Amino acid sequence: MLGEGILKGLAETAKNFAGSYVSKERLTTVQYPEERIPTSESARVFPFLVYDGPDWEAGLRCVACQICEKECPPKCIYIEKSKDKKPDYVGKLQIYPARFDIDVSVCMSCQICVEVCPFEAIKMDVEFELSTDDRFGGLLRNRQHLAKSNEYYHQIHPTEASEVDARLGEEKAKLEAKAKAAAAAAAAKAAAPAAPAAKPAESTPKPAEGTDKQ
Amino acid sequence: MIGKADQIFVLLQHWIMGFFPPAWQAVVGILLGVVAILIVFPTLFALSVLLERKGLGRMQNRYGPNRVGPCGILQPVADAVKALIKEDIVPFKADALVHFIAPLVLVVAVFMGFAVLPVGRNMVLVDMDASLLFFFAMGASTELAVFMAGWSSHNKYSLLGAMRAVAQMISYEVPLLMTTVVVVMISGSLSLVKIVEAQNHFSGIFPHWYVFTPWGLAGFVLFLIASMAETNRSPFDLPEGESEIIAGYFTEYSGFKFALFFLGEYVGMLGIAGLGTTLFLGGWAAPFAFLNWVPSWFWFFAKIMLWICFFIWMRGTMPRLRQDQLMNFAWKFMLPMTLINLMVAALWRFVDEAWLRWAVCWIIVIGAYVAMGRMGMRRKRIAPRRYRYAE
Amino acid sequence: MSFAFYLISALTVAGGLAAVLLRNIVHCVLALTVAFAGLALLFLQLDAQFAGFAQILIYIGAVAILVIFAILLTRDPQVSQGKGMFSRTWVTGLLIAAAVFAVMGWAVLASAPALPNETSTPSVTVLQIGDALMSRYILPLEILALLLTAAIIGAVIVAMHEKVRSK
Ligand code: SF4
Ligand code: SF4
Repeated sequence: MLGEGILKGLAETAKNFAGSYVSKERLTTVQYPEERIPTSESARVFPFLVYDGPDWEAGLRCVACQICEKECPPKCIYIEKSKDKKPDYVGKLQIYPARFDIDVSVCMSCQICVEVCPFEAIKMDVEFELSTDDRFGGLLRNRQHLAKSNEYYHQIHPTEASEVDARLGEEKAKLEAKAKAAAAAAAAKAAAPAAPAAKPAESTPKPAEGTDKQ
Repeated sequence: MIGKADQIFVLLQHWIMGFFPPAWQAVVGILLGVVAILIVFPTLFALSVLLERKGLGRMQNRYGPNRVGPCGILQPVADAVKALIKEDIVPFKADALVHFIAPLVLVVAVFMGFAVLPVGRNMVLVDMDASLLFFFAMGASTELAVFMAGWSSHNKYSLLGAMRAVAQMISYEVPLLMTTVVVVMISGSLSLVKIVEAQNHFSGIFPHWYVFTPWGLAGFVLFLIASMAETNRSPFDLPEGESEIIAGYFTEYSGFKFALFFLGEYVGMLGIAGLGTTLFLGGWAAPFAFLNWVPSWFWFFAKIMLWICFFIWMRGTMPRLRQDQLMNFAWKFMLPMTLINLMVAALWRFVDEAWLRWAVCWIIVIGAYVAMGRMGMRRKRIAPRRYRYAE
Repeated sequence: MSFAFYLISALTVAGGLAAVLLRNIVHCVLALTVAFAGLALLFLQLDAQFAGFAQILIYIGAVAILVIFAILLTRDPQVSQGKGMFSRTWVTGLLIAAAVFAVMGWAVLASAPALPNETSTPSVTVLQIGDALMSRYILPLEILALLLTAAIIGAVIVAMHEKVRSK
């Protein structure tokens, strides 16, 4: 009969209307600012720079190699290399970023910068409340804003962070072993003193590139 | 019998008029009525927008707006402020003058309709002889406004939306007018005031509303459908079809002009609900004899809000029709049904024996409905679709 | 002949002139609706409610929309046709218009003395119009009805023909 379907439909919507007042399970909405769903471990929103140790400026892993700047598809990373060098996390002298800005409004959360960084220096954050009322300064995150500790990284992406740590530790161990071997060789040969120890250390970037997770 | 509460607004009007010299009193009285209409109906508009958003939300198991004010009741205020302070963009290629006039014509035409609606006992702005005709004349002018809006924007979506809207409004205006003719035939008047008075009788406690007669019920249902189409409400909201033509004829409107269109749409809905209430649901008459002490204007507004709630309910339930379904429905179902209903009403008028006319009229109405339904629902042969030009 | 009368007449005449003189054809239609509205107001000013509202309902609600449909479905309103504003046959058009105006003027002038000199405007209710239509003017009404029915049948046949051909 004509109109039967309409009546059925009306009954259905009426049931939902009344039901939404009776049973709380029907309302699946999470009332955001008061309630939140914990973000999943694989969430990614916006990159941040990892630092080790207590001081963010000293501990930044980034060596301003600018690979990420070149690879970023929308070109939203701006890096200025420093003129001087300072010791990095393994104590080796490195260039560091004098300026490292990422534009929030341009970043598309593609994670490519993370993929290409050979130094595990940039990672994805889960912080998504990036809105601001200052649309010029507030949207350009500088290095201080971007720097987050390795502990924080462990907090938001535990699995990934431990993997990275293990890899870095391995590398460090390898490096130390190598340095030790070199030192031992040097000692054994009893050739030129002091100087050679620094030489093998300078070529560390190369093996590190290979460990980049694909 | 007529209580103070019932006439409170009329008394108020007379009280204010008393402050003016006698020569001015008529003008002041009309101005007061106009101001009252301009306050009451936009308020109801805000209320119905809120109801709609809340109601639709609940039907879809959402909360709906609940942030602004307690339980979100201040949401319309926030929306109004937003619309007021938004930038008003006129497309570079648009026909600026027509683009500017269109929303004004729409809103003015829509508000004019209220001039003849009796919202309560002795509460009608202009009691004229042909008020029903006046209402439809104003309704017809909105079509022009819609067309002006769509055409002047110089946007394909706007033009498509306007063409759809105008085609739809013209098609459904025919059944809409025909259903009201039934009421005019029985009550013998085009005056809405007289039509309400004709329904304000009770046998026992039950009222003599026209909806409780066979022709009235059929007319009521047809009027309801046609009014939904006439106000571009879902499921007849093709002119705005967001999924295919963005927002139809007001795609290129922003800021306050958009708000005017929005207002025009909802106030138009309130107006047509008021007309339907007046014609079939007894206007301001109380639903039971023992409820006569409640002010008449309360009944009127309660009825139109019920009507709006039904519109919202329908919107939450029905998917949008396709253009051909829309036209088929108008010309192959609505129009024949209204014509049959005209005959039923004539029978009702001229058959004197009470039981006979009840029986005959019910049989004709139900029979026609079933037959038309059968014909319309006859299963069409559905074959795989062939695309003539694509192969 | 009150102030309102002059105002409304000016509006009507301006609408009519604009309908003839504007370049954009859709503007012409809109100007025409202004003229229709002015006519309706003139009817209302004469206390002829039924005629006035019917004028709005039919001329603005239906005729103007129909004209618009015809324009939009047949040609691009943006393109101004031809070179000048006047068509080549403007002399004929002028002659016809003058002839129509002369006939109408003659009719009005001739009928004025035939009417009784009424001081007050007669108030005609819708009821009386309905009665008159159903009794005295039943024959013209029926003829009109026949004409309209023929037109509807014609429209249906045209539409059906279209459908058959496109199959
Ligand atoms: S996530 Fe993608 S878009 Fe964002 S900074 Fe990294 S590379 Fe650029
Ligand atoms: S790729 Fe890594 S180390 Fe190189 S500049 Fe970017 S964040 Fe710094």
